[in-house]
Formats: sequence, structure tokens, C-alpha cells
Amino acid sequence: MSMRLVWRKSLNVVMLSLTGLCALLTVSALFFILGYLVWNGGKDLSWSFFTHLPAPVGEEGGGMANAILGTMKLLLLAALFGVPIGLLGGVYLAEFGGRTVPFLVRYTADLMNGVPSIVMGIFAYALVVMPMHHFSTFAGGIALGIMVIPTVLRNTESFLRDVPRSLREGAFALGANKWRMIASVVLPAASRGILTGVLLALARVAGETAPLLFTAFGNRYWSPGWNQPTASLPVVIYTYATGPYEDWHRQAWAAGLVLLGLVLITNILVRAFLTSGTAYERT
Amino acid sequence: MATTPNAATPADVPSNPQVLSRRWFNADDIAHLVTLIAAASILLITVLLVYQLWVLSAEARTKFGWHFFFTQTWDPVAGDFGALPFIYGTLVTSAVALLIAVPLGVGAAIFLAELAPPKLSSSLSFVSDLLAAVPSVIYGLLGVFLLVPIMRTTVQPALKKTLGFLPFFKGPSYGIGFLTASIVLAIMIVPFVLSVSREVLLAIPRDQREAALALGATKWESTWKVVVPAARIGIFGSVFLALARALGETMAVTMVIGNNPKISESLFSPGYSIAAVLANEFSEATGNLYLSALIELGLVLFLLTFILNGLARLLILVTTARGSGVLPS
Amino acid sequence: MRFIKKLSLLVGLLAIATTLATAQGQVLLNAAGATFPYPMYSKWFDLYRQVHPGVQINYQSIGSGGGIRQLLDKTVDFGASDGPMTDDQLKQASVPILHFPTVMGADVPSYNVPGVSAELNFTPEALAGIFLGKVTKWNDPAIASANSGVKLPGDDIVVVHRSDGSGTTYIWTDYLSKVSPEWQTKVGKATSVNWPVGLGGKGNEGVAGLIQQTPDSIGYIELIYAVQNKIAYGRVKNATGAFVKADLAGVSAAAAAAAKSMPDDFRVSITNPEGNKAAYPISSFTWLLIPSKFTDAKKRDAVKDFLKWMMTDGQQYCEGLAYAKLPKEVVTKEMKAIALIQ
Repeated sequence: MSMRLVWRKSLNVVMLSLTGLCALLTVSALFFILGYLVWNGGKDLSWSFFTHLPAPVGEEGGGMANAILGTMKLLLLAALFGVPIGLLGGVYLAEFGGRTVPFLVRYTADLMNGVPSIVMGIFAYALVVMPMHHFSTFAGGIALGIMVIPTVLRNTESFLRDVPRSLREGAFALGANKWRMIASVVLPAASRGILTGVLLALARVAGETAPLLFTAFGNRYWSPGWNQPTASLPVVIYTYATGPYEDWHRQAWAAGLVLLGLVLITNILVRAFLTSGTAYERT
Repeated sequence: MATTPNAATPADVPSNPQVLSRRWFNADDIAHLVTLIAAASILLITVLLVYQLWVLSAEARTKFGWHFFFTQTWDPVAGDFGALPFIYGTLVTSAVALLIAVPLGVGAAIFLAELAPPKLSSSLSFVSDLLAAVPSVIYGLLGVFLLVPIMRTTVQPALKKTLGFLPFFKGPSYGIGFLTASIVLAIMIVPFVLSVSREVLLAIPRDQREAALALGATKWESTWKVVVPAARIGIFGSVFLALARALGETMAVTMVIGNNPKISESLFSPGYSIAAVLANEFSEATGNLYLSALIELGLVLFLLTFILNGLARLLILVTTARGSGVLPS
Repeated sequence: MRFIKKLSLLVGLLAIATTLATAQGQVLLNAAGATFPYPMYSKWFDLYRQVHPGVQINYQSIGSGGGIRQLLDKTVDFGASDGPMTDDQLKQASVPILHFPTVMGADVPSYNVPGVSAELNFTPEALAGIFLGKVTKWNDPAIASANSGVKLPGDDIVVVHRSDGSGTTYIWTDYLSKVSPEWQTKVGKATSVNWPVGLGGKGNEGVAGLIQQTPDSIGYIELIYAVQNKIAYGRVKNATGAFVKADLAGVSAAAAAAAKSMPDDFRVSITNPEGNKAAYPISSFTWLLIPSKFTDAKKRDAVKDFLKWMMTDGQQYCEGLAYAKLPKEVVTKEMKAIALIQ
């Protein structure tokens, strides 16, 4: 064997092992993050964490019940606002369409997806908080809802397109008009994929902090209705983590675990659910 | 109608001909209109967003003009605002993050696309997608309590000892600063580089590889000299995508960057980024000029990410057949 | 699908339930502002809520700058600040804003120097030098000269300041402007300044957190944050030349002269007072910023009632949290001023 061949062969082995190392590092990052949070946050999860309101500053105890409820309310609003628009928009792109409008809409949706969430927060502040003259769950829900729309739209379109032509033609053959075909045949056929897309979008916005900083603001107590500022998990984690109190730090870890757990479980369940059926297209 | 059996082509599928006579109250047309409005709302929201940012930043734009981008001071007392420290911080942290994340991500993508058996490849790719789903504030949490002490006590002193002659590694090591923020960002954007690069590599036809191997190349040579160059446009696209993501990252960065609007070549020193200053100062900017200067920063950030994302999508589109659906129908 | 529907139904019911809670005549007030008195306010609002269950005051500590801004934007019902509003800011308000002093507190130079457990003495020159970035090492003569007998390391000083708009910053820079002409011209006093050096933390909480975690650091925080988190803080030389450690007596002494000559709008600075040996030189009042006109009568009455409670019952809780009680003369004056709220 010539020297050159030896060199090439060893380079081969070295480089390929390096790539394996890269893959290993990337993958282990997730397990490390999860493990650390479980270890650090798990010991402070308690019944009071889930059911109590925060204690006065500097005093021990207290929990995050209002933040958990706040996040749930915000997600509900985001879903109510973002999902119908995204869904209907996706239906348009897949079923009606044409050339220019769908192209523009798709492109803009992808670009909107990439807009930093803090800019969305500023937008929601200017659009909702300033005219209403107070911070509110509603404003936070709008901010998150806008972020949900592009994902749901592209996802719906992609799954609707995957529905076989034969189903549509069968509906027409039975005398349905277009909207009936869409509503009764195509949408149900694609519903699994669409639902998973919605859940993934919601899991993503559940962890967003920046847009809530100046819309939902914060609340040390329960936030009744939709018009008052509300605490939310990510914002409370941020506030507690950057503060000096040891008790706050412990609570931040526990809350981080809860938030991460929610997001990861949703992602895992949804993706497993999807891949067990039709092949899915990653957005 | 001899097109592919599985794709729905809207143009080919007709409305029910019987109701053509009642155009205006046709249920199909209502459906068409409603869904069109929903789809157009994306365009409307984007336009509204740009409009708001433009209008609300008017005061700062007229007062400072282009000078805004070259001024270093950020002085709320004197009413003098310049974007340079924030643009610098944003670009530096993103650039260093890319330096770390791109080799890592592309390397891992090569492994997953070329070497790993399909099942391993898709499950590892799945794990990487989960990593992308981790909220920014969690990264910040880990950054503040885990990474910062390690940087301060171990990593930065080590760098100083070995590479301290370089201007990048001078100065006191606080643990908080450009370098730490870059590392956190790198971990956050690796999944994006990985998933897009992997898809792009998988899309390169098999015969390319086989031709190289038939000519006597090692596996690595066939990958590095044939497949990767063929996919390089798409890989660039993934880099742009990751960059766009890194530019806009807020929470993790503001928790570890030091929040000091100073420009310094040393990576150990604290800095500021556009997203971080917005998070810190937006709800407190007293005075219209201050607020509009901040919003101008927001506008800059928005435009940067918008343009980068646009370029990225274009590049990825060109390489993969699937693309992102931008190709008309 | 059905699970999702059930879940949404559940959340919806919860939301409705909490909405109904309002329907019972609860008064919800939103306030925001200073982090300086946050431990005190959060305790007060909690206690007040126990005494008056129908009134819920949600206070967010986002910094005095934030409090002023949100008040001017009318997104909160009242604000709080340790830097009194400037005339320019007052002009921007649609209704006249009234300042009500609540407690007095102190900005302390808090530090984390490994190996130094003694209380350090700081001269005004040393503090100004450190924050201007001219005094860079802990064993600099400016610091060492006041601390003979303490072994100071030769490490670089890490300065920590506020990254947000802060009344605590206002107090600190107000003091530095009075004792250092260079500071006065170069930086000035405000809630948000162009810091020559240092790391930025958000809120008193953030600065305290940074000091705790960063060796060789020094920053300025309100006294209670140093006490509650067991962070070391030093003595400061006052105008008469005595080194005073921040405590209730020192703060009250600083306010003594001002209490007698309190202006009608209550905006006064008590940093670096002359003539009193026991005075702590970096003390300040902190104010609630109350609009003089309320559109909602229930809210107005709740606010007025809270103010009265705060000045009478509330004051007994101050000292437990290391804030000094308001001087009697000030309380009397404030009680009269409450009538101005309509």
C-alpha cells in the first residue's frame, strides 16, 4: 500500500468518526438538558408549587399556580385566534389558489415564521395594549396567536395537498359542491396531520417569553377574565432566574422542568402519532 | 386530466356547474372568499407590522438619519442614541455561534445522511428536532446557572492562557459576555443547521455517490468532494436560516450577555444585542425619542431577519426538490 | 380530537370561573414601577388584600423608569418611583401626577470580594472613581487608604449597574453628581444613564443576583436586597466625614432636615445631607405616583384608602424589612394631600 492510500484511508476513518462525534454531541445535548432539569427541578416540585400563589418578595414558599393557569389561558386564546385563520388560509392555498396569491402568501408565511418574537411583542403592544390602555391576557393571546398562524397555515396546506385526488373526485361524483367536499371529505382525511401541526405550533408558543413581556405583563395574583395582566410560566422563570433569592431560583428550576416537560411531551407524542400513520412532512 | 393521481390541482377540479347561475350567493364562492380573506390576513398582518414599526420609529429616524447606524453612544439622559453597539453585539454573537454550530451541524448531518442506518438516522434527527423545540428561556436558565460559572472559572481562564495573545481573549473573565452568549446561541441553532443539511444531503441522488466510489474514492472522499459540494447551496441556505434565528434570539442572550452597550474586540467582555436591549428597555423608555429609537432598532432587526430568511428559503429551494413549497403549485 | 375538545372545555370553564370572580365587585388595580421598595410593597399589598379582600393590587417591579412610562401611557393605574418625576415628564401627563412618599431606604455599595469578609469603607472619591472606570483594581489606593488593616486583592473590579430605567440608579447618580464634578459633567443623574463601565442587571433583583454570582464585583442595591441575600455592603463617608453604615437610624437622620422643609409636591433629594454626623449619605424617599383624577370611583376610593392605611398601619412593617418609617411631619402633610385625589 502506498503512503497516499494509507493517508486517504486513515483520513476516511478519522473524518467519519468526527462526524459521528458531532452527531453524538448534538444528541446528547438534549438528554443533558433534560436530565439536568429533572435533577435540579424535580426536587422542588410539590403540591404547593402547583396550587399556591407567589409569596411576598423575600419570603419562602409560594407557588406558581397563577402562572400555570395564565399560560393555559394564553394558549387557549392563541389557538382561538390563530388556528381558524391558519386553517382557513391553508384551505385556500390548497383548494382554491391560483398562482400569485398563494405564492405570496406562502412566502410571507415562511418569512413571518422567522420574525423574532420580541418584534411580535412590540407589534402586539402597539396594536392592542396602547389603544386599550392596559396590559391584558388578551394582548398576550393575540401576540402568540399571530405567531401560530404561519405554522398552522403551511401545515394545513401541506396535509390537504396530500389527500388523494380520488377522494375529491368521489365527493363530486356523489353531487357535493366544492365547500362540501372540503368540509366533509378532505378536511377529515387530513385532520390527523392538521391537528398535529396545531399542537406543535402551540407547544412552540407556550415557551415564548419575549412577546409576553409587554403584553400580558405579569400578575402576582389570579388574573380574572381576559382583560387583566397575567402571570405566565416563561416570564416567571425569567424573573425568578435573574433575581437573587434562592427560593426564586429553586422555583425557576421547577417551573423550567414543568415547561420543558410539557413542550417535549407534546412534541414526542405528536410526532410519534404522525409517523405511525401517513408519512409526514416536516415544516 | 392525466396528471399525477395524488396531488390535488385546484384548477382542474370544477365547482358544481348547477349553481353557476347564482354567482353571488354561491356557497362555494363564500367559502372561496372566506378562505381568501384568511390567507390574505398573513399579508395584511405583515404590512401592518412594517407600517407600525415604520411610523413609531419616525421620530428617531428623522432626528438621527443614517447616522444612527454609526453612532456608539446610547445615552438616554442626553437623548443621544446610536445603534452600533447593538448591531455589533448581535452580529458578533451570531457569527461566533455560526462558527461553532455550522461545523457541528454539518458534521452531524453528514453522519446522519451518509453513515447512519436509516432508522438511527431518523431517530437521531427526531432528537435534534426536539432540541429545536426547547424554549429560549430554558436555555437562559441553564446558561445563567450552569454555563456562566463554568466559563468564568474554567473555560475562559484556559483560553486566556493558551490563546491570550489574540485580542479576542483578553480582559477580565466575568463569565458573562459575548463568548458565553455565542455558545448558548450555537447550541440553539445547531438543530436548524443539522435538519436542513441532512435533508439537502439526502436529496442528492445516489448515483453521484456511487460514481465516486466506483472511481476508487473512500467514503469520506465521496462525501466531502462530491455530495457536499453538490448540496452546498442548500447548506448555505441552512446557515442563513440558522443565522436569522440567532439574530432574533432574545431571552437566552439577555440573560448571559451582560447588557452593556459597549463595543469591544474581546469576546470575554459584556455586550448587548438588539433583541436584548428591546427586552430590557422597551417597557421603560421614558420619552418619545427613546421609545422611537428602540422601535427603530426593532425595525432593523425585523428587516435583517426578513431578508436573511428570504435568501435562505431561496437557496434551500434551489437544492431540494421538495423545497418549501414556494414553487408555484 | 375529543381529548382536545375536553381539555379546551375545561380550560374555558376555568377561565369563566375566574371571570365570574370579578363579577363580585372586586376592585383590580394594576401598578408598576420601582424595584427599590418592591419587598415592602409586595408585603403591603398582600396584607392590605387580607384586610380588604375585595381589593387586589397587582404590582409589577419593572424599575422606576418603567413605572413612570407606563403611568404616562396610562396602562397602569398608578406608578412607583424612587426618582421623582422631572418637570418634563410631569408635563407629558394628561392629568397632574401627585407624589406620595411611602418609605425611606438606602442605596448601599454591595460587593463580593473573595477573601474579604470585613466591612469596607468607601469614600465618595473611591465610589465615583470605581463607577467612572478610573479605579480598576480592588487594592487601588483610593479604596485601600480608607481601609487600612484589610488585605485587598489586586483583582480587577467588576462594576455592576442597572440595565433598566431605575430610581435606584437615580439615587446613586444623584449622590455621585453631588460629590464628583467629573461624574456630574460626564454622566449626570437620571433613571437611565450612559454607564462608562460595568455589567447590566435587570432590577435590584438582577443586580443583586449578578453581584452574588460574580467574584470581585461591586454594585448598588437597595439595603433590603443586600440583607435578605446576605451580600456584604460597605460604609460610606458622609458630608461630615464620618463613615456610616446604612441602617434605619442613618436613613432617618438623612431625612431629618428635609422632613421639616418638605415641599408641597414632596419631590426632594436627601442624598449627601450636610451637618448631620449620623446621616447615611445615599438615602432616599420613594414615591407612589398617583394620578390626581380617576375616572373609576371605586378605584379612586381604593387607592385613597390604601394610602391612608399605608401611612398608619402600614408603617409598622417597614422596619422589619429595613426601610425607615416616614417622619411624622411628612405623614401629616401627606394625609392632607390625599384630598387632592379626585
